[in-house]
Amino acid sequence: MEKLLVVNNVSKTYGDYKALNNASIEVEKGSIFGLLGPNGAGKTTLIRIINQITMPDTGSVFLDGQPLQAHHIKDIGYLPEERGLYKSMKVGEQALYLAQLKGLSKQEAKERLKYWFDRLQIGDWWDKKIQELSKGMAQKIQFVVTVLHKPKLLIFDEPFSGFDPINANLIKDEILKLRDEGATVIFSTHRMESVEEMCDHIALIHKSNKILDGKLIDIKRQYKSNTFEIGLITLDHASISAMLKDKFEIFPATFKSINDELQYKVKIPDSVSPNDFVSYLTSLGQLTHFVEVVPSASDIFIETIQKN
Amino acid sequence: MNHLPLIIKREYLTKVRNKSFIIMTFLSPLIFVGIFALVAYLSSLNSDTVRKISVLDESGLFTNEFKSSPHLQYKLLSGNNLSEAKKEAESQEIYGLLYIPKIDKLEDLSKEITFYSEDSPSLSLMGDINDLLENKVNTLKLKEAGIDSETIKNLHINISANQETFKGKETSKLGSGLKLIFGGLAGYLLFMFIIIYGNMIMRSVIEEKTSRVIEVIISSVKPRLLLLGKIFGTTLAGITQFVVWVVLILVLMTVVTSIFGIDPSSATPSQQVLENSVSGGTQQVLQDVMIEINNLPITNLIIMFILFFVGGYLLYASLYASVGAAVDSETDTQQFMMPILMPLILAVYVGFFTVIDNPHGTVSQVFSYIPFTSPVVMLMRIPFGVPLWQQIISVLILFASFIAMVWFAAKIYRVGILMYGKKPTYKEIFKWLKY
Repeated sequence: MEKLLVVNNVSKTYGDYKALNNASIEVEKGSIFGLLGPNGAGKTTLIRIINQITMPDTGSVFLDGQPLQAHHIKDIGYLPEERGLYKSMKVGEQALYLAQLKGLSKQEAKERLKYWFDRLQIGDWWDKKIQELSKGMAQKIQFVVTVLHKPKLLIFDEPFSGFDPINANLIKDEILKLRDEGATVIFSTHRMESVEEMCDHIALIHKSNKILDGKLIDIKRQYKSNTFEIGLITLDHASISAMLKDKFEIFPATFKSINDELQYKVKIPDSVSPNDFVSYLTSLGQLTHFVEVVPSASDIFIETIQKN
Repeated sequence: MNHLPLIIKREYLTKVRNKSFIIMTFLSPLIFVGIFALVAYLSSLNSDTVRKISVLDESGLFTNEFKSSPHLQYKLLSGNNLSEAKKEAESQEIYGLLYIPKIDKLEDLSKEITFYSEDSPSLSLMGDINDLLENKVNTLKLKEAGIDSETIKNLHINISANQETFKGKETSKLGSGLKLIFGGLAGYLLFMFIIIYGNMIMRSVIEEKTSRVIEVIISSVKPRLLLLGKIFGTTLAGITQFVVWVVLILVLMTVVTSIFGIDPSSATPSQQVLENSVSGGTQQVLQDVMIEINNLPITNLIIMFILFFVGGYLLYASLYASVGAAVDSETDTQQFMMPILMPLILAVYVGFFTVIDNPHGTVSQVFSYIPFTSPVVMLMRIPFGVPLWQQIISVLILFASFIAMVWFAAKIYRVGILMYGKKPTYKEIFKWLKY
């Protein structure tokens, strides 16, 4: 796959504080890239470097194969975590201003704004001042302004904060749609369920270092532990439990079920294939539930951070 | 992509459309002229009251000396003794009673004359009366010595030395006064402009920080460009406001003076200084003023005024902007305001004391090169004649420092606008320069 953005060994030091240590990422064209990490890990520094807000001490950044230059600003749409709009400015005027700063002509900006405002059904806000809008409404304007100039690379830092679930969904769908239309998205968030839902690729930054990087599916495969969640109807729960405990590593599990059954998470050794395990279980009773436990993004996040 | 005009336009429009800005623009001249009219009205009220003064002159020396004026009426008493006169004055609500006893020798008068009144009399009134008496007594004394007062008048010769520079240019006291006014006005105007509109820039930077719009903006434009746009936009808004003020004040003044019939020139002390410095009628004064104004290096003055005004303002404006970037809220700015205001106040002090005293002294010269003080000090010196090369060097230093200051401010700005929370120390700000 073609890379849209390549960050090579970028470091940044503020005084005595190393904000980013030799970080490298590669973002594939047309993918959604999740940039994860605890607070203060260095995500924002990296994002600001990509946006040319701060200059890296060492390392280089390439966009579409070219070293990052001033004119690339118009190819990037950035929705910062610390965001806001001029409070006393009217919505329309402000959106036009910000769009023009991104290099759109006034006419072009007007047309596109009209399209987006109609689409999000916010057309009648044009002449309102930002201070008259709710936070969620202002966020919508901010989203529109970020994507208006049709950038190749979209960077969203906590895009859903401030949105109610309905609007969060709306924005999520818009982001996915933009991806389908060819945009590449870098997505930084603490909401693991949206990472799960949206990201193709993730990188985890912790204490200024990148400690994990890869396709989400690959990482999940890497992190899976041959653990299965089972439900088993038996005649004698106690003795079967004891037998299982004897042979495998088991953990308690609870899931909703209509049956009265044994519920466990069982970790099987690599030598045992899942098929063999199933036949073994059916020999003990009636197997009602058998699911492989796949680590969630959240599990991976916590586990990796704790390991480091 | 050149976004500078776009940014300037936004900054300008935001300022100009701001409600409090509009109110200030139109209210300030009203208040200014209103206060002026009020003061003028009150002082005319004050002088409208007629004071009556009884004079009991037992010596008979001053009978023809007391001449009533619209505000002061003298009433000569005769035949009363002092206690009767006092009683009468008190009962008839007469302002005061001047008592001149009968004396043998003129010298005794100095101790014997008494002024009786309800409260202590006004200083100016007493001064007038004393002068009047003194003049008469002096004339009488001269007569005693056998000298006719006419002879004295003829003997008296007024000396007013002609002032001329070595190159043959005529100078005069009047000219010096005018130069002071020009220089002082220019310096003071700049001082006010810096304080008012410097603060405006600072607030505008802080607003961008608190509304968190800043990161959105600087992902589109370079901080230095934003900083410049902000300074230029606010400056234009400031100039707009200034022009409106000047025009409104002039118009309102004309209206007020024609309504109240006040002569505004009589209220300005500078005019009085001028009148005192030359003898002759008002017509003559006006002519002299026009001649002196023509003698001033007008073109030089205007060009330099614009250059120093713009340069000085921009220099300070970038300082104000960096303070705005360094803090989170206006209340935190105090600590950083001092170092900005100090040189500015110093400049005004040096201007008003040293330059007036000696426009070309060492102190004046040195301060007219230091960029933080040169706009005010040099502007005040130029009317007194500063060699062109000195002016040019000073302007060059000023603009070079402006460019250096923008670089410096942009550094602080670039880091500061993204820093939230803790108020930075000077040490931290110094570190930012290296980021």
